[in-house]
Amino acid sequence: MSLAVPSTKVGLSRDDLVMRGGVVLLAALLLVIVGLPLWALLAKGFEDRDGKFVGLANYVSYFSTPALFNSALNSLHVAAVSTVIVVPLAFLYAYALTRTVLPVRWLFQGVALIPIFAPSLLPGLALIYLFGTQGFFKALLGGGSIYGFDGIVIAQVFYCFPHATLILVTALATADARLYEAADALGASKLRVFFTVTLPGAKYGLISAALVVFTLVITDFGIAKVIGGNFNVLATDVYKQVIGQQNFSMGAVVGMVLLAPAALAFVVDRLVQRKQVALLTARAVPLVPKPKPGRDFLATLFCTLVSIGILAILGMAIWGSLIKYWPYNLSLTLDNYDFAKFDANGWDSYWNSVEMAVGAALFGTTLMFTGAWLTEKTRDFHIVRGVVQLLAFLPMAVPGLVLGLGYIFFFNAPGNPLGFLYATMGILVVNTVAHFYTVGHLTATTALKQIDPEFESVSASLKVPIWRTFTRVTTPICLPSILDIAIYLFVNAMTTVSSVIFLYSPDTKLASVAAVNIEEAGTTAAAAALCVVIVLTSAAVKVAHLLADRFLLDRLQAWRRR
Amino acid sequence: MGDGMIGNNIIRRAALAGAAALAMVGLAAAPAFAQKTKLTVYTALENDQLDPFKKAFEADNPGIEIAWVRDSTGVVTAKLIAEKDNPRADVIWGLAASSTALFATMGMIEPYAPKGVEALKPMFRSGKTPDTWVGMDAYLSLVCFNTAEGKKGNKPVPTSWADLIKPDYKDSIVMPNPASSGTGYLTIAAWLQIMGEEAGWKYMDALHQNIAQYIHSGSAPCVQAAKGERLIGIGLDMRGASEKTKGAPIDLIVPKEGLGWELEATAIMKGTKNLDAAKKLADWAVTKKANELYAKTYAVVALPGVKAAPVNYPVNAEPGMIKNDMEWMAKNRERILAEWTKRYDGKSAPKK
Amino acid sequence: MTYLEVRSLSKRYGDFTALGDITLDIAEGEFVCFLGPSGCGKTTLLRAIAGLDPQSSGTIRQKGQDVSALPPAKRDFGIVFQSYALFPNLTVADNVGYGLVSRRDKKAAIAARVVELLAMVGLPDAGPKYPAQLSGGQQQRVALARALATSPGLLLLDEPLSALDARVRLRLRHEIKALQRRLGVTTIMVTHDQEEALTMADRIVVMNHGAIEQVGTPQEIYRRPASAFVADFVGSMNFLQGTLMAPDKVQVAGVDFACPGQEGLAPGQKVNLCIRPEDVRVRDLPQGIANRLTVEVAELDFVGAFCRATLKAALKSPSADVAMTADFSSNLIRDLGVERGTRLDVALPPDRLRVFAA
Repeated sequence: MSLAVPSTKVGLSRDDLVMRGGVVLLAALLLVIVGLPLWALLAKGFEDRDGKFVGLANYVSYFSTPALFNSALNSLHVAAVSTVIVVPLAFLYAYALTRTVLPVRWLFQGVALIPIFAPSLLPGLALIYLFGTQGFFKALLGGGSIYGFDGIVIAQVFYCFPHATLILVTALATADARLYEAADALGASKLRVFFTVTLPGAKYGLISAALVVFTLVITDFGIAKVIGGNFNVLATDVYKQVIGQQNFSMGAVVGMVLLAPAALAFVVDRLVQRKQVALLTARAVPLVPKPKPGRDFLATLFCTLVSIGILAILGMAIWGSLIKYWPYNLSLTLDNYDFAKFDANGWDSYWNSVEMAVGAALFGTTLMFTGAWLTEKTRDFHIVRGVVQLLAFLPMAVPGLVLGLGYIFFFNAPGNPLGFLYATMGILVVNTVAHFYTVGHLTATTALKQIDPEFESVSASLKVPIWRTFTRVTTPICLPSILDIAIYLFVNAMTTVSSVIFLYSPDTKLASVAAVNIEEAGTTAAAAALCVVIVLTSAAVKVAHLLADRFLLDRLQAWRRR
Repeated sequence: MGDGMIGNNIIRRAALAGAAALAMVGLAAAPAFAQKTKLTVYTALENDQLDPFKKAFEADNPGIEIAWVRDSTGVVTAKLIAEKDNPRADVIWGLAASSTALFATMGMIEPYAPKGVEALKPMFRSGKTPDTWVGMDAYLSLVCFNTAEGKKGNKPVPTSWADLIKPDYKDSIVMPNPASSGTGYLTIAAWLQIMGEEAGWKYMDALHQNIAQYIHSGSAPCVQAAKGERLIGIGLDMRGASEKTKGAPIDLIVPKEGLGWELEATAIMKGTKNLDAAKKLADWAVTKKANELYAKTYAVVALPGVKAAPVNYPVNAEPGMIKNDMEWMAKNRERILAEWTKRYDGKSAPKK
Repeated sequence: MTYLEVRSLSKRYGDFTALGDITLDIAEGEFVCFLGPSGCGKTTLLRAIAGLDPQSSGTIRQKGQDVSALPPAKRDFGIVFQSYALFPNLTVADNVGYGLVSRRDKKAAIAARVVELLAMVGLPDAGPKYPAQLSGGQQQRVALARALATSPGLLLLDEPLSALDARVRLRLRHEIKALQRRLGVTTIMVTHDQEEALTMADRIVVMNHGAIEQVGTPQEIYRRPASAFVADFVGSMNFLQGTLMAPDKVQVAGVDFACPGQEGLAPGQKVNLCIRPEDVRVRDLPQGIANRLTVEVAELDFVGAFCRATLKAALKSPSADVAMTADFSSNLIRDLGVERGTRLDVALPPDRLRVFAA
């Protein structure tokens, strides 16, 4: 980035004023929904239990407690191992999807997405059904236990697989066919082509995928809680401090520690991405794989195996949700779907979730896309734009539990004029949007970077207000990405637990929270049933999205056809 | 042209739907319109108890409507403390007495002696005048033993805490993690009180060899035992009883050394805008009618003479309750948890 | 009449000077090309004039009004980019009418103006199509029509032809030039293609390293390049290393060459003696012609209408052969039977020689 030396002060047009106003507003909004709540909690790390300022005393005591420090090592260990497993797996899968000819490609593509739709409770439950003490395949573990390190890793692999696959599919799909033709012409062996062309081409995707998986594993707490056994990780430590002992100060300290590796991963990702922009060429010729029986057979076999793995976990959860009393009465029943029996809110919590997810998708998508546009297109104004970028990137590194508590401290503080939001559906929507802000913001930014940067210059020369170009040109062009963001928000709003568990009120209990409560109460089957309903809902929305993409968008976007 | 019209229509409809959804979000934010006094009650009662409790109270107090905020004890306690400076709850009904006692020391409780409180068993009262909290029922931390799995593995049925450290049960016991569960703490606090500190820690050292997992929940251990996931669960009683009712092959065992217990309590939040209604609930919570309701799920209730016999519940439970020094428990909590964490938590890597 | 006055314009990025102290006048109705290699600052200058990337210091006056501090939307210009920057989701007609709609013109008036503009750029039937359905050249015409729709006083073209095929590029050069002449709109075009600049511009501004090397008509730039850089960048040029012996004499490899009198250079200075390949004379060399030398044809490259020959001359200094290129017409090659290895006499006419400090 280059900073112009400002000596001529250039006047501001109406566009500039409006844009800057927008950026300031956005910065203020992000400060309210991300910055201040986080600070409200993290500041507690410098206070004792009575609220007196104690400086770094809590940090000193944290780092001198070996058990707590151990959790940090465990977190890094589990994250590293999960990353090492997921990334190659996802790479091969993405490679098969983009570079080979598969018989039912769309099916393999869809199956790979399933874990995204599932609350993290689901793989935990399914693994207990499959490999628990009473599990069907317990023998496979050879006397080992699914509870602990192995269980966490398996569940994390399931949970992170689609995230890594999506990134790698994008990375591999943008390959330039001409490079491969050149390599072929030079008579390079297949292996050499793979190592000299394919891998370097996907390098940034691989790094990005690795960092995303690493961050997801570090901050996730649902899986570790259900299947972690005695294997303590940072995220469960926050839970222990905050929920078990109501020690917010120490919880804030662990939250801070938790922030460190995630923030580091994030900075690395940013640096890498910055380099990548320069590498993309606009004139690449897309690569279309040609049939090659041997390779295609292996790819199909591999994808089938992975898909079976994913479907087995989902299928187990579905089957488990239909069982009367596992493992002693395996007869089937639909009773577990009568949620009123297990939770006072019954199916209401499901509809609350749907309402919240729709709200988050609408409000979040509008905010994220407009926000990304404002930050991308406002001229100069570097400091405020920098603040926005920072606040937009922060949530990715923040565990939901930390954000959720911060929301109580901030929004429920006496005298906060926003207090009216507390204990409403509104705060759940806002919290969810804040929690998932980063990915939506990045998606929008990427989409905006892909369109011609001169649109705004042209509008200015034609004296057309910039927001008119935003509504008439930019938004319609980015519609597919906007829908992607909306779906992403919807799906995550359906499954999120950690952040909203402190914020729901009697009327706004969510299905994902209800599932956790039901599971805690021991009704595993009903919890599984609720998870299944959530998966099906998200999957249905995704299918609707694909159909809309195929038919509706095709009509609205006739201009894309040549 | 036709295509364009359809496209436009769909956009317009989508926009309308969007606007409607936004409006819904907005409406939810507006305070609900209600003639009745809406009493916000924070609770950790079991899900299936909420509806009967609410209906029974509202039937006697037609002007008041209960709105439950329910979650696990830890979450509700954390939430109440986090909301300390701007309380949202009017009343606590069905939360651990240790939590409410903690709130009282933090000045969050409006002291009030409900009408008829004198009739309750002494240990169900806070000991302060006027009372800061009033007990409803007691729950126990006992042993759940899966008889089906026991038979399969030819394991003897334990009758005492001492039995649990036998090598027979290696890696087959689950108990709540005291650092994340109140039940876990009251369990180990009971051992330390029964056995004395030194012997208590020695006992836990030995027990540690048999523990398969320290779970982050007080009710999960008995559930895991019920499902045969583990042979033995140390944890909350009523979950074990209800699992047994559903058909689980478990026995609920009261160890002969005695067991730890916790009360569920009622208390009024300081600063409630509905003090009158809150007092009505506190009054109602000590009535015979209320106690009969508690007695359906709990073996021990506050009012003497109310016969409590929940289904599948051990009959010898009440006499087994140890003399619990709540003050000692509260005062030593941090020290004991630190010691416990140092000894057993974290370094207990999963056993292969 | 001066339409645009640029005074002491500078643009710095940290320590890097993208534009240093640029001063330039552009007359009304003039077609000016900013020519230079990539990174020379030509686009930076154009964007500063448009207000898109404001200068660090200096002033710009347009039609007598100081616009230095005005945002782009308050300046009067139309702009066309190399990427066309057409709005892909709007029809060609909507693209062209984009700037008209916001001026709240009557619908019918806008439609009529759009038809007129499309006819003007030779795409009368393209109105209902989307940009993606047009070829690159057609898209660039639409972009041009859009830029001209609001009748701006200044037309800015940022490498408008660089993305197009060679044939399309040639045709559009003429069309743009003809249109510009017809409308009389003051036009600045940025290009790195010297041929484009030579054929289209009334005046060329040659830039290098953020500074202006020379301003002049195409003929001036070509015939009398003001610097070695311009000489090298515009057209082909032979550079013969030598020493200035007298103001009108340069010695190359021990042989003296007569040249036009030099003023700024001191005798004894190392210089480059420059001549364009087409200025090397071969036929009808009179006795006693200046700067005659015997050369051998080392290479002969067929370029189409003519051949470019690489000539080697063995001069007095045995250490260095002097090599230069010369353009020979097909006639000449046939008449003289030139082929590789042919030895012949050539002359370097003094009035075609340029001398630059080495």
